[in-house]
Amino acid sequence: MTSLAIRGDSLIKRFNSFTAVKDVSIAVKEGEFFGFLGPNGAGKTTTIRLLTGILPPDSGSVEIAGIDLFSHPLSAKMLMGVIPEHSTVYGDLTPVQNLNLVAKFYRMGTRERDERIRELIPRLGLSDHQKRPVRVFSKGMKQRVSIGCAILHRPKVLFLDEPTEGLDVQSRRLIIDIMRELRAEGTTIFLTTHNIEEASTLCQRVAIINKGSLIAVERPEILKHTFETIKSVQVSFSHDVPSRLLENEHVSRISLSGDKFILYTSNPDAVVKEIVYLADQEDLTITSLQISGPSLEEVFLHLTGGNE
Amino acid sequence: MNISGLLSGVGAIAEKNIRIYYNKPPVFIFGLLFPLFLFFAFYLGRNIDLQTFLPGFLAMTLFFSASSVGPLITPWEKRDRTFERLLSYPVTLEIILLGDTVAGALFGFIITVIIIAGTVIFLPVSVAAPWVWCVATLLGVLAFASLGTLLASPASDTPSNIMMLSSLIRFPLIFISGIFIPLSSLAGVSFYLALLSPLTYLVDIFSLGMYGYSTLDPVTDCIVLLAWTVGLLLVSRTIQRRNLTKGL
Repeated sequence: MTSLAIRGDSLIKRFNSFTAVKDVSIAVKEGEFFGFLGPNGAGKTTTIRLLTGILPPDSGSVEIAGIDLFSHPLSAKMLMGVIPEHSTVYGDLTPVQNLNLVAKFYRMGTRERDERIRELIPRLGLSDHQKRPVRVFSKGMKQRVSIGCAILHRPKVLFLDEPTEGLDVQSRRLIIDIMRELRAEGTTIFLTTHNIEEASTLCQRVAIINKGSLIAVERPEILKHTFETIKSVQVSFSHDVPSRLLENEHVSRISLSGDKFILYTSNPDAVVKEIVYLADQEDLTITSLQISGPSLEEVFLHLTGGNE
Repeated sequence: MNISGLLSGVGAIAEKNIRIYYNKPPVFIFGLLFPLFLFFAFYLGRNIDLQTFLPGFLAMTLFFSASSVGPLITPWEKRDRTFERLLSYPVTLEIILLGDTVAGALFGFIITVIIIAGTVIFLPVSVAAPWVWCVATLLGVLAFASLGTLLASPASDTPSNIMMLSSLIRFPLIFISGIFIPLSSLAGVSFYLALLSPLTYLVDIFSLGMYGYSTLDPVTDCIVLLAWTVGLLLVSRTIQRRNLTKGL
């Protein structure tokens, strides 16, 4: 039986009269890459703070690899690495000084610490910047140091809160590669992200939170199949067409992506017939026509009421 | 939590604070210059006996240096968002508070030792029992660094708010204590008011070291300073626990 790396049970967190997290239970298996999605203000960051012991819950419990986080915080925190939403490293210190300091929090021996830092600095692409204080770094470089601080002690469980948000392409790529490597080494990864495409390609399971409650926990592909009714027909024409011409009783919503119309429907066959009829009537040439199942983004929008 | 874990955590927090907040030329220079300004302001041009003035001056130096930076560390870290990260490391609130206190105490100790050395070398004073000054300095830096830790407790990520609060609390403590007027010369309400300030007890131990006698019982002085240290840390823990995550 696979044991659980993270178990959050019936978590509730209130801020005065506002309940930010409502009875949320999460179980992440050892070695799993788990995505945590939700719109702004849904309770993602509060949940991750509860799961990492930064915030105490009003009720509920959290276990990290079977250790109760609130009864044995030091033992549980020794097993985890956390990358908070903002790249939070000490700006006055160099990358190596930051890593050295963090190693002391995790009580790493001098030899182990030096070896690990020597290994991480080039991996994080920081070899040429070892002697500069972090405050002069770009956001992407700061985030690399932040990741170094979180994985220095080889945590069993890694929490990442929007790690690639607003980063340059190289830093984003590097961070994704590091996450994949850690996953291959057996690290459990709990990733909070806005980037649904990222979650879809990286995560084995995703949870969606909205207004403080979990509304879905499933594998991305299964989640998409659950919502097969949200299909779309993607069509483009040889010249500009007003979108109102594509409106009909079978289309629930129309969006434009480049020169392509995306028509959301539960009856794609009927929509295709309407498009062909329209093209014939208006003397239009259809340059592409494709029927698609729902993307994770569409499922997410559907579940969180983003279409409303 | 075992002792080695506690000490290692406290050491790591203290090292962080010293490296980032105390080990800066402006902080250190200000730490040394401030007592000099105090000396010029209160001693020069006035007909005060140096022997009488010195215990209060040393106590003030220690008071300001040990409690100056501590109040700002938590608001700075909350503002820079490093505090959230700190809470995710394997450290408890108690470790953070003790680490902050140790860093403030070390800074206060170094500054006070430099000032004491300068005083003994350059001024015509005689010290009856130097070891008493060592005890006074140790107890004093712990008590006032704990005060600094307490002043960091309000839920704020705005250092200027904390500075204002810090001045509001620290200056009255000076004025009611037996710094400007020797405790033995105080009577009635002023005497009892002076007993409310921890500085009074520190001045009294410094006086013991200087003249060989004190107004209050020296054991009481030491116990009161230790009690202030423990009391301030306990109150800090209670307030910080409530405010820990406010302003993250």
